Amino acid sequence: MRVELLWWEGCPSHPDALADLRSVLGEEGVETPVDLLEVQTDAQAHEERFPGSPTIRIDGEDVIPPGEGEPFSLTCRIYRLRDGRISATPDTEDVRHAIRRRRDADRR
Amino acid sequence: MRIGAEAPTLTLPDTEGGQHTFPDRDGRPTVVVFTCNHCPYALAWHDRLLRVARDYEDARFLAVNSNDAERYPADSYEAMRERVARDGGWPHPYLHDESQEVAREYGARTTPHVFVLDAEGRVRYQGAPDADHRDEAQGAAWLREALDAVREGREPARPETDPVGCSVKWR
Repeated sequence: MRVELLWWEGCPSHPDALADLRSVLGEEGVETPVDLLEVQTDAQAHEERFPGSPTIRIDGEDVIPPGEGEPFSLTCRIYRLRDGRISATPDTEDVRHAIRRRRDADRR
Repeated sequence: MRIGAEAPTLTLPDTEGGQHTFPDRDGRPTVVVFTCNHCPYALAWHDRLLRVARDYEDARFLAVNSNDAERYPADSYEAMRERVARDGGWPHPYLHDESQEVAREYGARTTPHVFVLDAEGRVRYQGAPDADHRDEAQGAAWLREALDAVREGREPARPETDPVGCSVKWR
């Protein structure tokens, strides 16, 4: 399983997102390092299909796929927690769900 | 701006076509919040800040958007107007700082970045609304604490905190 966290320095949320991600990986017993990729330019944001910071991908798949037509740019992502609150980081249960889905797919 | 510094007198347009000059040094404290439409931190804290504006009617409350709208169209003047209209109006003006002069004068770093000015227009608090954008229960406690102190003629116990949010988008 390849786990990536893409981030941009204009948004201060990536340390929290990384801590949450590592915590969930540990709880799920996934011993995989997190690859960190700093996105620094608009051109790189397009190239990496980066909808904003932070973006977490499991085997290349966004844990919260961006909406259709969402632009790729240097911006902060707006996440919704499961209780509806707005957050700068994804809900840890959504991250857990994505990890389990990928792990289940690998087992088949 | 540093704590104790006198804020310059500046004028900005709101989303309804009005002009606002601040601080007006008319005996009321003034709250200036740099904010925007596209930042999750600004959005997460928004309702808490609205409640402060409603709860402190004797203070003047101003929200200012200084972001570069060319690179961030969600922060354009039109988008600001649409947002306020969609919300059915805000209890305070939403001001457009197109030239970014106000953000530069204040030294705004993030959205949100809160400044509380006393009745003489001097900065008495600057920083974040409270300790955690994800925790509604915080209720913009640091801002309320500063406003309470200023209304009572005291120095806020916590005059500065680190502003937390998206960087101001400079041209």
